[in-house]
Amino acid sequence: MGANAGNADAAEARDDDGLNAFVTRERIEGSGDGPLAETTVAVKDNISTEGVRTTCGSAMLAEYVPPYDATVVERLKAAGATIVGKTNMDEFGMGTTTETSYFGPTRNPVDTDHVPGGSSGGSAAAVAAGEADLALGSDTGGSVRCPAAFCGVVGIKPTYGLVSRYGLVAYANSLEQIGPIAPTVEEAAELLAVIAGPDGRDATTRFDEGATDGAADSGTANGDGHPAEAADYAAAADGDVDGTTIGVPTELIEGVDPGVREAFEATLDDLEAQGAEITTVDLPSVEHAVEAYYVIAMGEASSNLARFDGVRYGVSGGFDGNWNDAFARAREAGFGDEVKRRVLLGTYALSAGYQEEYYKKAQDARAWVKRDFDSALEEADVLASPTMPVPPMELGESLSDPLTMYLADANTTPVNLANLPAISVPAGETDGLPVGAQFVGPAFGEEAIIRVASAAE
Amino acid sequence: MSERDAVDPETVEHVAELARVDLDAEELERFAAQFADILEYFDTLDEVPETDAEPDLANVMRDDEISECLSREDALRNAPETEDGKFKGPRVS
Repeated sequence: MGANAGNADAAEARDDDGLNAFVTRERIEGSGDGPLAETTVAVKDNISTEGVRTTCGSAMLAEYVPPYDATVVERLKAAGATIVGKTNMDEFGMGTTTETSYFGPTRNPVDTDHVPGGSSGGSAAAVAAGEADLALGSDTGGSVRCPAAFCGVVGIKPTYGLVSRYGLVAYANSLEQIGPIAPTVEEAAELLAVIAGPDGRDATTRFDEGATDGAADSGTANGDGHPAEAADYAAAADGDVDGTTIGVPTELIEGVDPGVREAFEATLDDLEAQGAEITTVDLPSVEHAVEAYYVIAMGEASSNLARFDGVRYGVSGGFDGNWNDAFARAREAGFGDEVKRRVLLGTYALSAGYQEEYYKKAQDARAWVKRDFDSALEEADVLASPTMPVPPMELGESLSDPLTMYLADANTTPVNLANLPAISVPAGETDGLPVGAQFVGPAFGEEAIIRVASAAE
Repeated sequence: MSERDAVDPETVEHVAELARVDLDAEELERFAAQFADILEYFDTLDEVPETDAEPDLANVMRDDEISECLSREDALRNAPETEDGKFKGPRVS
């Protein structure tokens, strides 16, 4: 049976506008001071907020109230932001449409019969509908960029290690980053500046990278500061692409919906008219990126979600039988179908006899993807592709075939595998539905992609 | 490459036991069918060349430092059952 959409009716009752963008509306007023004073921010519901329910879109955590703030939330408060609520998401971040949430799907404000994308669909919908000035999402395989593209707003996935993950409920901890969602590139960049920075509580926020002059290289410790300390993200939104080389990977254009492709190419033409040089590049490794992503993400998820046993938090499995029986009951009751699928497949891929076959090969593919991107970024300043290969699907269309849904992540997942930064910026429409263009930069090269995106918007 | 055992409901049941998820019969059937497709798709990873990747790691170890942590009350606050200021869980065996 599982725990999908059990609360859809309750969701409708709670929601004023039919979008179901929020799981919890709760206002935490900001102080008058700081770069985000007078600004409202919606926070994805997998980011811990002290005293405010944090559900991860799951029945398992429907009543969980964190005793602490995530580092990014502390930073929002210190910047004077007013937090307006926790946004709906695919359960534990697992999905591309925000339809796997226990609290019902979120609708796309641009066309409410269509999905807003996922897994940060609530955050993107809230910004697109004007229910919050800005939002935070998380991106493991595209979960900030996809909903930004589908809702016609801007989303940034930072370089792995730029933003602290302390307080982000882990799905795939070697792949994910918290990222900003905003109506414009400059506003997204301002929010990025607030949340980026080193954090002693997240050892993966790098301290040894210095100047942001290109690909991360363990040999070049240009300074002992975190890259965000030397960067000015908002200033990079100056629209100046004269002389910038933009490489377009052929593999990320083939098979893209014709309407999406047309809108994307019009954006490239516009950038060329502003002085950018467009070239094509080849990334043969990306043909394997989706499989590699899913094997790695599912493997990590099976480990990260092992903590949900109903003892310290979550749905209890009762006390009959032994702990295996109780835990199995808790998890059957608390997890929805997609989460169960991924936990099981991840367990399988890591289990004895299969680890070499799946997980080791996925890591080889990941190394190959990283090398491919690094060489391509020696030929071009940034890479570009449509963010998603399809326009926003209709609600309900994707749920019967998980594999088709996974394939929709073809353009976003390679970036997470390569640990690089990427931005999605609105690039027109097809049949009245938003299209996003994605720009990918070298490690800690957020300024380069912000610059190009600001010229494209 | 090695032959994969058919993904039948028994295999799914075994994996579900490893993962501590108590699936019902309908889920076992449904997942078995879906897993077959998904795992076949994962088989394309066979085409990937082997690598000896040098991971870009930094040693971030440091000595332990005593600092503030969650109060016992805060730590227990979300637990379904507690007893004597401790988490209460099911019997171990």
